[in-house]
Amino acid sequence: MRHISVEPPAFFRRGPSPFARLVLLGVISLALLFADTRFRYLENVRQVVAIILYPLQRAAQMPGEALAYVGAFFGSQRALSDDNAALRRQLVAQGPAVQGFPALQEDNARLNGLLGLRPHYGRAAIAVEVLYTGRDPFAQKLFVDRGADGGVAAGEAVIDAQGVVGQVTRVFPFMAEVTLISDKDHAVPVKVLRSGVRSVLFGAGAGRLPELRFTAPNADVQVGDVLVTSGIDGTYPAGLAVAQVATLERDTGQMFARITARPLAGVDRSQHLLVLGQAAAVPPRPDEPVEADPVKKGSRGKSRRGG
Amino acid sequence: MIVLPKMMPPLSPARPEEILRPARPWFILFTLFLGLAGNLFPFSGVAEVLKPDFLALVLLYWCIQEPRFVGVGTAWSVGLLMDVGDATLFGQHALAYAVLAYGAEYFRRRVLRFPLWQQAAQVAVLLGLCAAIVLLIRYVAGAPLPRWTYVVPPLVGALLWPLVSVMLQWPQRPPSSASDL
Repeated sequence: MRHISVEPPAFFRRGPSPFARLVLLGVISLALLFADTRFRYLENVRQVVAIILYPLQRAAQMPGEALAYVGAFFGSQRALSDDNAALRRQLVAQGPAVQGFPALQEDNARLNGLLGLRPHYGRAAIAVEVLYTGRDPFAQKLFVDRGADGGVAAGEAVIDAQGVVGQVTRVFPFMAEVTLISDKDHAVPVKVLRSGVRSVLFGAGAGRLPELRFTAPNADVQVGDVLVTSGIDGTYPAGLAVAQVATLERDTGQMFARITARPLAGVDRSQHLLVLGQAAAVPPRPDEPVEADPVKKGSRGKSRRGG
Repeated sequence: MIVLPKMMPPLSPARPEEILRPARPWFILFTLFLGLAGNLFPFSGVAEVLKPDFLALVLLYWCIQEPRFVGVGTAWSVGLLMDVGDATLFGQHALAYAVLAYGAEYFRRRVLRFPLWQQAAQVAVLLGLCAAIVLLIRYVAGAPLPRWTYVVPPLVGALLWPLVSVMLQWPQRPPSSASDL
């Protein structure tokens, strides 16, 4: 009985075996992954791809938009009038606050002038609409319909009617990417409206409430407290509502309290958003003291230049 | 043994003993492009949760049917394109698709012998492996764990497998296979 060779004849060979290729390409992929996490070298390529994909994405949305348009056209008179009445009630309810606002603003300007603070408002705001949410299940991002053409710039704050939604992180020619405050890599400097305690609100990823980290267990925070932006970072203007404290866990064994907060804005629901223009230039950060002499760490304040 | 309901002959999947014509290279490229477009297509709401990895499905089909044209190398390069389009980490899909293609290479000889629903179960394993690799890479790179709905797309992809395989083998069916054997 003849033994049949398992190896194919030489003329059927097609280069290295699949396993060899897998190993080689796997090593290359790991190198690319490492380089990308470290150096972020793909930004230009992404701009080009975004331009190429833009018509495709708009075309994809057309059926939905057409349906919505037809639906709105045939929307019942009743729904419209209900809507109208609700809006009118809301307008009246907000009347006192709105009417008092110019006076408050003037007061504020005077007081700020007295205190020698620079006026930090005077921003242009751009109304945008959400195009679609990001495809990446690991990140909390969405895309809006104005980009560099509409004057949107990276680093600008994005809000809706209730509070802060996020921050513009990438600007493409016709759209912009907004990282939501629930994204894991996102942090908002906030303060507790009631007590003035400052902290930083860190996103925790999809389906989890953002956390107030690095807050001492004895800090003056209560469940239900409203957190507003403190304006310290120069990205978010001060005083925007961000979140409401949802849970609070003080454990004396821990260094910090465990505080989660529920965003006030419809972070994953709002369709219409507002991009706030960039703040007046923040003075440059003072240089870090030279770390040549670790013994002098205690007297860091002395080596800091006046700003 | 489950007997598939009799449909229009060209709509039913090819039996293993049927000999298909070789696929045209441009058709393979075109379907890969369609898969890529499907992946980059912005979905929202429920569709976003259900959306399978179309490109992985198409790649898997060609890796099984035409291993001479589409193999580990092709899958890897297509994965790179997907990474660029997806604006996420560069190389995650490349690695995942390369492993997917290798898995397809490993059991392409027997997978077509099974009835479609058993093929779909094996495809679910491969697509799940692909998703697990992406999850592992992102987790190591510092991303949080996604919601539990992350396991849904591979299953939807497996359910779509019969449809995808019938659609992709359509141009390769010889005219004689239209008549029942």
